[in-house]
Amino acid sequence: MIAAADLINIALIVAFVTLAFGQTLSMVRLVIGPTSGDRILALDTMVINALGLVIVLGVYQGVQIYFEVALLIAMLGFVSTVALARFILRGDIIE
Amino acid sequence: MSIETVGTYAVALFLLIGSGFVMVGVIGLLRFNSPMTRLHAPTKVGTMGIGALLLASMGHSFLLGEGSMHELLIMAFLFVTAPISANFIAKVNIHQRSCDAPPAPPQDATWSTLNVLPEDAEVEAVNES
Repeated sequence: MIAAADLINIALIVAFVTLAFGQTLSMVRLVIGPTSGDRILALDTMVINALGLVIVLGVYQGVQIYFEVALLIAMLGFVSTVALARFILRGDIIE
Repeated sequence: MSIETVGTYAVALFLLIGSGFVMVGVIGLLRFNSPMTRLHAPTKVGTMGIGALLLASMGHSFLLGEGSMHELLIMAFLFVTAPISANFIAKVNIHQRSCDAPPAPPQDATWSTLNVLPEDAEVEAVNES
């Protein structure tokens, strides 16, 4: 059985690698497209993955200061997704 | 086995569960073959994946002896906003006719997303071209 400290180090490495890989795959979907709905979805997924990277960085360093960063990324990601979708739906964001 | 050891194993387990959901979601985003099926994979990243990572973060803060429940705020915010953004992206897909048109609604004349008002006809013409 693996010691607990070793296991958490392995899990942190796995989480970092997975989230970075996810950012790369989302960027591929952002480039190849084909519709603008897919591009908005890829950007939304990239924001979510960046949020996960910030959270895992906070676990890795053992500090609490990344909480505000994660909350701001979550709120701005939602607002930007809605603004992009609304621009395509209506041709304008604030009418 | 002490309580710290159990907590450390739980934190590592939640990190691995979150990584698994993130991996499944982004592979689905890349591999599925129509816009509407691609939409449903990354919503698991936003709820289950980030939810498990936030649980790991909370457990780790309790292990360090300075426990916090702040992360519940991010979790609640994401669980409320993820369906709204998914609904908006689905409306974009329907509006651009990039998926099969939904069947006619039972009681009304047409779907609100597809029913373009006269003053928005210009926008629709731009989107179709």
